[in-house]
Amino acid sequence: MSEQQSGLELRGITKRFGTFVANDHVDLDVRPGEIHCLLGENGAGKSTLMNVLYGIYQPDGGEILIDGHPQHFANPKQAMAAGIGMVHQHFMLVDVFTVAENLMLGREGGFVLDRARATAKVRELSERYGMPVEPDALVEDLPVGVQQRVEILKALANDARFLVFDEPTAVLTPQEIDDLIAVMRSLRAEGKGIVFITHKLREVRAIADRITVMRRGRIVGHAEPGTSEAELAELMVGRAVDLRVDKEPARPGEVRLRVRDLRVANSAGGVVVDGVGFDVRGGEILCIAGVQGNGQSELADALIGNITPLSGTVELDGVDITRAGPARSIAAGMGFVPEDREDDGFVASFSIAENLVLNRFDQPPFARGLALDLGAIADNAERLRQEFDIRSQGVSDTLASLSGGNKQKVVLARELSRELSLLVASQPTRGVDVGAIEFLHKRIVDERDKGTAVVLVSTELDEVEALADRVAVMYRGRVVGTVDPRTPRDVLGLMMAGVPYEEAVAAAGPSAPPGSTADSPTTTSGRRTP
Amino acid sequence: MSDTQTVRPVEADQAVQLSYLEAPAARRARLSTGALLTILGVGFLILGVQVRGEARFALSTPFDPVQLPTIALPSTVTVLLCAVITLAVGVGYLTGRVPRGATSGLGALAAVAVFLGFVSWAAAGAAYPFPVGNQLAGTIALATPLVLGALGGVLCENSGVVNVAIEGQFLVAALTAATVGSVTGSITAALIGAAAAGVAMAALLALFSLRYLVDQVVLGVVLNLLATGVTGFLFDQLIQPNSGTLNNAPNMQSIRIPVLADIPLLGSVLFDQKILVYIAVASVIAVTFLLYRTRWGLRVRAVGEHPHAADTVGISVLAVRWQAVLLGGVFAGLGGAFFTIGSTGGFIKDITVGNGFIALAALIMGRWHPVRAALMAVFFGFITQLASQMQTLQTPMPSQFLLMLPYLATIIAVAGLIGRVRAPAADGVPYVK
Repeated sequence: MSEQQSGLELRGITKRFGTFVANDHVDLDVRPGEIHCLLGENGAGKSTLMNVLYGIYQPDGGEILIDGHPQHFANPKQAMAAGIGMVHQHFMLVDVFTVAENLMLGREGGFVLDRARATAKVRELSERYGMPVEPDALVEDLPVGVQQRVEILKALANDARFLVFDEPTAVLTPQEIDDLIAVMRSLRAEGKGIVFITHKLREVRAIADRITVMRRGRIVGHAEPGTSEAELAELMVGRAVDLRVDKEPARPGEVRLRVRDLRVANSAGGVVVDGVGFDVRGGEILCIAGVQGNGQSELADALIGNITPLSGTVELDGVDITRAGPARSIAAGMGFVPEDREDDGFVASFSIAENLVLNRFDQPPFARGLALDLGAIADNAERLRQEFDIRSQGVSDTLASLSGGNKQKVVLARELSRELSLLVASQPTRGVDVGAIEFLHKRIVDERDKGTAVVLVSTELDEVEALADRVAVMYRGRVVGTVDPRTPRDVLGLMMAGVPYEEAVAAAGPSAPPGSTADSPTTTSGRRTP
Repeated sequence: MSDTQTVRPVEADQAVQLSYLEAPAARRARLSTGALLTILGVGFLILGVQVRGEARFALSTPFDPVQLPTIALPSTVTVLLCAVITLAVGVGYLTGRVPRGATSGLGALAAVAVFLGFVSWAAAGAAYPFPVGNQLAGTIALATPLVLGALGGVLCENSGVVNVAIEGQFLVAALTAATVGSVTGSITAALIGAAAAGVAMAALLALFSLRYLVDQVVLGVVLNLLATGVTGFLFDQLIQPNSGTLNNAPNMQSIRIPVLADIPLLGSVLFDQKILVYIAVASVIAVTFLLYRTRWGLRVRAVGEHPHAADTVGISVLAVRWQAVLLGGVFAGLGGAFFTIGSTGGFIKDITVGNGFIALAALIMGRWHPVRAALMAVFFGFITQLASQMQTLQTPMPSQFLLMLPYLATIIAVAGLIGRVRAPAADGVPYVK
């Protein structure tokens, strides 16, 4: 290119791992004062590209230019010196350090640490960019959204001109996402060039100035911010994707799960579920909605039996399982998809086949006396692999080698491969790509239609709308109200902030149809006035 | 965007108000501590009823310039009083009636009562008074190598390299100090030699764990065996036949700090000591400063907690780990020197008798913090010295039980009193990009 261009440009970047081409002649550019969205499914090569840009990987071909000058980054430090800042998906923060210590790491100044100066620097940055954060707080004590702020400040402390946000919203609550979007807008106004990597279509439409879509290591297209979600999804996945979930109206049967006055404490001793009660009938999906950290996770853990409740009762098909551990809950017919699948959902170093029988390996047909029937386990795995479309070389691959979506398919396949009376699924599509989300949602609805009671814990309003037959909104350990899934988002949002249904409808204004959609909200307890 | 907008939670920035109960882990710790104290209290009650005579405590030795009186306590009353205190605190813990702010204070009171009750019972009616000065002096002597060894481990493990080879570092350094001291006749040279030996062992640890990614616990065990083998071989083949020239090192002499050393009781214990004791105290301060107040220390802790984060800000993880492991070797080496030139001067096989492992325990119980680790090392020194004092007092207790005391104290301290310990997050995890 002959003319000098201000901005960051990647030209023809190629990166191979062995025979696998992760990036194939990828071009991307970002100018100061714009937000460029890089859209693509998990495994499309977005993160590889950004690691090349940040000096973590060396490209096999192509070049990086800043303001028209070719750059060579042998390590992240050189990339940072050239003005590139990275907000990592898994934060690069030392948990046991304070905010100030994290910001000074790597650029401490003299041999003896100058904490006063570091604290002042944090204050200055956080005021300048409108991101309040306490310099002396330990990072591990901060909520995820604030930790991310620290990660952003860390990049800014280095005078980054170009900021890369790698899947920044994957771990955030809706409120925190709104905050982040506001921060990104103000950074754009400051003249920073931003690359925003994501696979969430709604966010892209909310904030992008330009959109580039990647698939299988290549740029497959560009789109305008006004492009519809369906078009973006098709571009990203490579085929038409149905974003709505087709489901028949629920045909609720008998009450299968009965929860009464449940109180649960977390490991620190705080009462995080405080007097929750609800019924779930066979053949219906009850969504527990709410901002992360309002007791939903602990409620799910208490249902399966990872935590013993302080008081209250849980009955499944008339059997009291309040104090049952996971083994008895599973035997009683409960299927469980844990919130943190990497830690609780599977054994990463075991094969797909082994993971698929983790909850039944000691029962026939998979066990013969003390021995495992490896043939039966392999057959079972092959059948489920096809049924659930688990993309792998074979069933003896380890789970660690699969993508997030396929890992979750394994978890769901295992849980759904036996007769269930209740399925408890916590955040089943978190960090999963669009194609897999479609599939997982369909399977959950199918399970409902078999007459299973389903409890779905989700912080994603999209998911709640798509799947729920009824929505119980939790706030600070209590159910604010149980409403119809067609309740307007404004009202749900207010309820997630602790406002009871009637007041939320009143506050949300005329746009909300008065009372037409709610099936007499049963406010269990915990009314708060805003 | 408008349809995604959700309303901000009420008082979003305030910490969520929860009614707090006791966490399960805290409850377990409270109950186990309470049960232990209650059992000890009941034991003392029984002993207190049976014990006869006076328990005497000699505050000075006959050689001290200032003579302090020998205190005589009626053993029955003392033991029973200690029993009541221990029992009261134990029951308080068990029932949860102890006020929140007072738990650690009352715990310390109970610990003192346990110690005093035990010694009063043991010393009751004995021919000689319990020598308090000896107890303190012995504590210092036993604790010095432990403190230095634990500091070596603190540096190593804070950078993310597990060091179970402190014992091996001690052993090789002890031999080196003895030989270098014998050949040169100089304490300084012996100390430098010991430090170098510690560094050499540390270099092996670093080489295999950082470069060849060998499992660090297995590696540590192997290094300990290597140290035993090498020092044993050299001792048998080289040193024993030439013990006059190679195993005849000078002993460290006490260095008296004027004025301070004249303080009764504590003065001579603390301020009339061998150079290594002063070095140990200075080292605790120096390592604490290094780790928590300097650029290097921040980087060491960063690579021990989250090496990837350190790498992305341009810190060489392997270089920092090498530095920390090698510097740790200096302290472990100095600690090893104490076994030869700090006491008898000569080396014998396995002279360190497991002290490296006690240093490791002190490090873990001190939760990887230099000051806490040093305090735990002093605690171990205290208990070990107490056990040997008891033997000379000819108490009714079997001597084998007394020898068990330090290890019993470790188990109790680890299980009940310390509670949750958390190692640096990347301790023992090799860093591969």
